Amino acid sequence: MGMTLTEKILAVHSGQREVRPGDLIDCRVDFLFANDITAPMAIKEFEKMGVENVFDPDRVAFVFDHYVPNKDIASAQQCKITREFVSAHHLPHFYDIGRSGIAHVLLAELGFVAPGEVFVGADSHTCNHGALGAFATGVGSSDLAAAMALGRLWLRVPESTKFVFTGQMRRWVTGKDLILKVIGDIGVDGARYGAMEFSGDALTQLTMDERFSITNMAVEAGAKNGIMEPDDVTLAWVTPRARRPFAVVRSDPDARYADVHEYDVSSMEPVVSVPSSPGNVMPVREAAGVKVDQCFIGTCTNGRIGDLRDAAKVLAGRTVHPQTRLLVIPATPAIYRQALEEGLVQIFLDAGAAISTSTCGPCIGGHMGVLAEGEVCVSTSSRNFVGRMGHRSSKVYLSNAAVAAAAAVAGKLVHPDEVVRDMVPA
Amino acid sequence: MTIRGQAHILGHHIDTDVIIPARYLLTSDPAELARYVFEDLDPALRQRVRPGDILVAGENFGQGSSREHAPLAIKGLGVSCMVARSFARIFYRNAFNVGLPIVECQDAHGHTSEGDALEVDLATGQVTNVTRGEVYAGTPVPEFMQRLLASGGLVGYVRAELARKRT
Repeated sequence: MGMTLTEKILAVHSGQREVRPGDLIDCRVDFLFANDITAPMAIKEFEKMGVENVFDPDRVAFVFDHYVPNKDIASAQQCKITREFVSAHHLPHFYDIGRSGIAHVLLAELGFVAPGEVFVGADSHTCNHGALGAFATGVGSSDLAAAMALGRLWLRVPESTKFVFTGQMRRWVTGKDLILKVIGDIGVDGARYGAMEFSGDALTQLTMDERFSITNMAVEAGAKNGIMEPDDVTLAWVTPRARRPFAVVRSDPDARYADVHEYDVSSMEPVVSVPSSPGNVMPVREAAGVKVDQCFIGTCTNGRIGDLRDAAKVLAGRTVHPQTRLLVIPATPAIYRQALEEGLVQIFLDAGAAISTSTCGPCIGGHMGVLAEGEVCVSTSSRNFVGRMGHRSSKVYLSNAAVAAAAAVAGKLVHPDEVVRDMVPA
Repeated sequence: MTIRGQAHILGHHIDTDVIIPARYLLTSDPAELARYVFEDLDPALRQRVRPGDILVAGENFGQGSSREHAPLAIKGLGVSCMVARSFARIFYRNAFNVGLPIVECQDAHGHTSEGDALEVDLATGQVTNVTRGEVYAGTPVPEFMQRLLASGGLVGYVRAELARKRT
């Protein structure tokens, strides 16, 4: 009996010829990281373990992205703890304010993850990297500390479920819409403890940017990891970036799946997750008309250049509604620079958007765009739980970047076709 | 090991944002975190919970973020044990790692009322409702996790692993 892509990677990394779902394994980790919120706690646990050095300084990164640039003294103190640790241990892969970006986007961009690898991060959206054909999963700070010490992590091999997308995607439908649709169908615990493997000819048409938004949100269905087999698009993206030699791993033809879900994407519409669960998914047309106070384009889910291009298609020559605010936060400095060079930043400024240096800020209700009582936000982020972006009575609708941009122009939730009437529908 | 306490009932899919909102993540002190725990779910809950009490939740408790602050905040409140139909996977690992005992049990939620006296057997996963005279079968804590707990949690486990490597 064959193995899935996830099982094959875990077998190789635990020194076994074969693993099966449910097996507990001691797994070698190729790379790991923590952010400004999770690193201080991981460092505290690491020091309790009585370890002098991290297992391999070249395989550890610290990335400041949540409360940066520091919003107050408490957040500055947290960063100081990590800076001092990095300095004391001479760790080369440290990304501080100015050079930092949103960790999941930055670390992939800089080639710290490659096909066939095991990547662990103290951040739930670490599953992001599965789009490259790696096994990537989020853990807490103590687990990260253990992996920092040992270079290994105990894991339970997840059972895999396959999601097959076929057909031709319509205009304004993106990878984000596909993953929201899946989460709406299977529920926020539909893949709990499992691996979500995405495939199909519709997927091969997608850019890496859109693929990352799919695997990024696997955790929103409760999954341990989301993963895709590398293809030509993957290899063209990762080969010039990868810092280590890598070997592409693919699922065996006779691999066993707990379930297979098939989607014809050609009939799909842009969708939104309505408050207050990522699983409350409906076509944007059905939620249209909701008055919107703020729109936010950014995050590890949708702060990439492709998302900014989608937003600019809607915003070019238009302005943000007078009673609505628009925040645009490129996920990394390189994406910010590219948006500048392509003239996207000019379009956003002309439209009346606020543009910020890279930060997770608004997505977690942390800073840079916190919502007041009763306010409504259309956000390209991944979570719309109660109080996620501010006051506990504020409401968040999750969408793709074009839908968020259209809502900013209209001042209410609308299908992008309602704003961009001059474009011929595909 | 058996844990006894009074039950408080929570719903399904309780996420880490309502357990401890991100705006309070700038400390890892359990007592400090406990001042804000469940703030966006039910701010009165932390006043009702007394040290030693047991929280009983439905499906997928702890979905969302990897923040270890979530089980730490619940522990800081003095909760002795959590029983749920299921736990989100990162929360499950984090709870063990911070020493918050948790048990998966299908029937406790739905049969237990606020204030019922419960007894939870960690090894067997069995939950006894003393008030109602009922017993609910649960999932035993996996042997590997029991060994992890026996070696003093994850810190103890890593120390033992490192000692083994050196010899």
